Amino acid sequence: MMVKLAWQQLFSQWKSGDLRVMLLALVLAVTSITAVNFFINRIALHLNAQGGLLLGGDLVVISDHAIPQSYYQLAQQYGLQSTTTLEFPSMVIQGDRNQLAEIKALSDGFPLRGDFGVQLSNNQLPASVQTTPNKGEVWIEPRLVNALKVAIGDDIELGAARFKIAGILAREPSRGGDMFSFAPRLMMHADDIAATQLVQFGSRVKYQLLVAGTADKVTQFSHDLTAKLQRGERIEDVKTARPEIKSALDKAETFLSLSAFASVMLSIVAMLLASIPFIARCTDTAALMRCFGASKANIQKLMLLQSAFLALIGGLLGCLLGYILQYGLAYIAGRLFLEALPAPDLTPIFMGLTLAFAILFSIMLPHIQALKNVPIMRILRHDFAEQSVSVWLKYAPIVIVVVLFMFVLAKTLQLALVFLAGTLGICLVAGLLAYGLAKMLKKISQQATDYSNQHYAISLGFANLNRRLGLSIAQIIGFSLGAMVLMLLMMIKTDLMQSWQASLPVDAPNRFIINIQPDQVASTKTFLQEIGVAAPQVFPMIRGRLMAINNQAVAPDSFKDERAKRLASREFNLSSAAQMQTDNKLLQGRWWQPNEAGKPLLSLEEDIAVALNIKLGDALTYDIAGSQITLTVTSIRKVEWDSMRANFFAVTPVDTLKNYPTSYMTAFYLPKNQDNALNQLVQKFPNFTVIDVANLMNQVRDIMNKLALAIGFVFMFCLVAGLVVLYAALIATLDARLQESALLRVLGASRAQTTIATLTEFASIGMVAATVAIIMATGLSYYLSTFVLDIPYQFNISLALGVFLLTFILIPFAAWLVIRRYLNIPPKQLLNSI
Amino acid sequence: MLLSNEHSPINVNQLSTHHHTTTSTPAILATNLCKSVGEEPNKISILSDLQLKVVDGESVAIVGSSGSGKSTLLGLLAGLDQPSSGSVSVKGAEFSALDEDARAAIRGKNMGFVFQSFQLLPTMTALENVMLPMQLANQANAKQVALATLEKVGLGARISHYPKQLSGGEQQRVAIARAFASQPAILFADEPTGNLDLATGERIIELLFDLNHAAGTTLILVTHDMKLAKRCQRSLTLNNGQLSESL
Repeated sequence: MMVKLAWQQLFSQWKSGDLRVMLLALVLAVTSITAVNFFINRIALHLNAQGGLLLGGDLVVISDHAIPQSYYQLAQQYGLQSTTTLEFPSMVIQGDRNQLAEIKALSDGFPLRGDFGVQLSNNQLPASVQTTPNKGEVWIEPRLVNALKVAIGDDIELGAARFKIAGILAREPSRGGDMFSFAPRLMMHADDIAATQLVQFGSRVKYQLLVAGTADKVTQFSHDLTAKLQRGERIEDVKTARPEIKSALDKAETFLSLSAFASVMLSIVAMLLASIPFIARCTDTAALMRCFGASKANIQKLMLLQSAFLALIGGLLGCLLGYILQYGLAYIAGRLFLEALPAPDLTPIFMGLTLAFAILFSIMLPHIQALKNVPIMRILRHDFAEQSVSVWLKYAPIVIVVVLFMFVLAKTLQLALVFLAGTLGICLVAGLLAYGLAKMLKKISQQATDYSNQHYAISLGFANLNRRLGLSIAQIIGFSLGAMVLMLLMMIKTDLMQSWQASLPVDAPNRFIINIQPDQVASTKTFLQEIGVAAPQVFPMIRGRLMAINNQAVAPDSFKDERAKRLASREFNLSSAAQMQTDNKLLQGRWWQPNEAGKPLLSLEEDIAVALNIKLGDALTYDIAGSQITLTVTSIRKVEWDSMRANFFAVTPVDTLKNYPTSYMTAFYLPKNQDNALNQLVQKFPNFTVIDVANLMNQVRDIMNKLALAIGFVFMFCLVAGLVVLYAALIATLDARLQESALLRVLGASRAQTTIATLTEFASIGMVAATVAIIMATGLSYYLSTFVLDIPYQFNISLALGVFLLTFILIPFAAWLVIRRYLNIPPKQLLNSI
Repeated sequence: MLLSNEHSPINVNQLSTHHHTTTSTPAILATNLCKSVGEEPNKISILSDLQLKVVDGESVAIVGSSGSGKSTLLGLLAGLDQPSSGSVSVKGAEFSALDEDARAAIRGKNMGFVFQSFQLLPTMTALENVMLPMQLANQANAKQVALATLEKVGLGARISHYPKQLSGGEQQRVAIARAFASQPAILFADEPTGNLDLATGERIIELLFDLNHAAGTTLILVTHDMKLAKRCQRSLTLNNGQLSESL
């Protein structure tokens, strides 16, 4: 019976319109959170799939020992395709020539994703190949062709076996993570490994297990396997393999999460505002029901049931809409996303429903608790006010829910706390400003001596602000939060887009040449000038291994972090430069002076410094071609990996490494039709390795464009949520306002006077809300841009002005829209209907 | 029918059972009832040492000027509020010995209410408003009874209307239907015509007394309308916190 009654009452409240704003706000909160989470999941999965083209599979397990059999079985359990590769350096011999090469042995099935570009006969262009070399045959890179002076059809020796060169390798799908590997590549079939006798116990071999399959299965596999990984094993996907994609994706994810969070925050504000008249009605209903004999427990049960129904309906509707809308997001973001469509993941639904219940109950519970003590005499005498819940008790639960939710979304306590501080800050600033303004306006209106009609109406508007000070402050806080969140998102969105556009301009480098010898630098620069590169930059590259930090030998195993272990055990490319690259940012220390050329100083990239726990002033000893040099860290830099420009982890002053074997590299933009010129250059200098990143660039650009669209779409949620806040804030005081305007009209006020009074009141509210929003949004966007998203911050004055004007005009206009239709109703009728 | 103006001005504090010499439990018994608000020295005494006995089936009007404490007394008699001292018992159940839920249960079982401001839930239709007390009491045939009662008050055609779609008189009819639908033993009516024009008010009163008569309900009517008070068997005036028989 109670369930039936609860449902019936809820349905009645819905029909009478009382619940609509509450439910709309709830659905909006759940929709935005589920849609964004569904979408983020799918982007991540899609990017991994796209990244698969770079890796040769969706996911790679890399190990310094043979891959355990159980990993294959796990892949099989998930129905994933799998294949393996082995990589190791070895000498390749042809007659009296030999060259160190990076050997890669492929099992059947490779590549699972992407293809090879292989020139299969001497006079052909490279063709797309999706298999491994045949047994007994190899494909080699042009560098190896030049070094060994061989051609297709020739034989080479590798360990104890001989192989026929079947093709020249122009492109491989698995270079992803180490584009600048030093030695040229040789591809062979894994079944031939035994014959070479090269892989023995203790050989330095990189084992890889590649898997591919549906995105959700790959994710589950990755999740399960991560828990099982042993020492020397790691998982790589596109995010770990490509820093620029990871960086763009991370920022987009942060922004999308922020947007989702913002729309949830706005929806909560709308719900809080909508709950004011709703709870007032519930209080009256509760008093009446108590009068009719309902027990306290029954009243509470009834309200709890109603809240549960509401949460369930709002939650389910929101999840459904969220699920439908993420298809919209995916569609807008491009057809490609649909290819990697994962099976519906239940996590966002769980999140949406939890959110619905958490929000609704945290708003309603304090009131439900208070309702049982509602004085029943309210029925007879309205001066028996509701026993008001203390502000702390009323808002503590929703604040806790918001903080918890922020924590889940932001994934960092720091961001959660910043948002909490921002929200509390805005409440405080808005409250104080509103209070101050109301008092000031009251004083002004009291001092006014002009009692003309319009002036009286304006004074009345000011006075209204005072008479409903509590509600006015609540409205101002609501409007401020709404305007702030929207402005904040707009600011960050613009900055993010600009930083992406800046990081990947149309003429961003799309070709790298490595292995340039010192005597070839001048010719290379000439070539670059000929193809239109204005100030060609050629960077020295010196291979070195980090041996000691402050004379303490570096033991890779001493680092807990897998990445640190890797960094500590691999060779770096050191470079030297007189000036810091323009896209780098000095974080600590100082860049060297011209007179410090040749000194043993070092500038280190931030991430590597953090990973290896290197501080300013530390002495790092590198082994370069067998001799050691110790360099002192004088600066730590931030590097924009998004930019696709040549960048180095470790840089010394010029001349410091001049006595060590140095090759050079350059990065430049090659227009589409200039390939011939480049081929001529390579023919002239066969030792050059040209790395074509045009495809990768397009991929990165494509991903960024899609993310930009997605961000725009998610931003729309926030706009809608903002409008719901506006509506809820107006509805919250509508009854009182209508009664008052009806009374005023009974007493002879014209419709114009009533309108002016309302517009004055809301213009004041709008002005305070706009001021607070601009102050807070500017502060927060500075923080988020600088410390969270790592994008340059700039104050956007036109946006600030726009927000001010819009808020100042939109709020009174919306208020006028809401009350307008009541202005033509005769006052008596209006009084009766309230 | 006994009319209140047939009685001599006797202090009911002394002679509360003067007219109804019955040994059965009184419907309502108020003894030494006091109600004051505020703290010393600003304490205001609204009711002081008030006595009242109402027997089953009796109709009693409580009259008095605005602010004399009529509504406060009604609230105490119905157990909506707690007295500062003294006691109220309904059908032999002593309110002060009961907790709030037990008092609510007594109200649900025995009492109906008609208010000056109708007190209909704006989000519910006329039918839903009438059904509400019966639903709270888990009454199975709530809908049929509500429909029949609404028919009885002449609103059979307006069951799906919301309060704001009804005139004041119609809203009060809904409230009367709600009060009578659960067939209460005692009906409390607080200025039932206070918000209505004269003609509508009269029609409402006719309806109220007709239904009351038909159901044999004990009626406690608070009003400042002497004409209305005279229709009750007894009319008591509340003055200075005390009740006295009206002339």
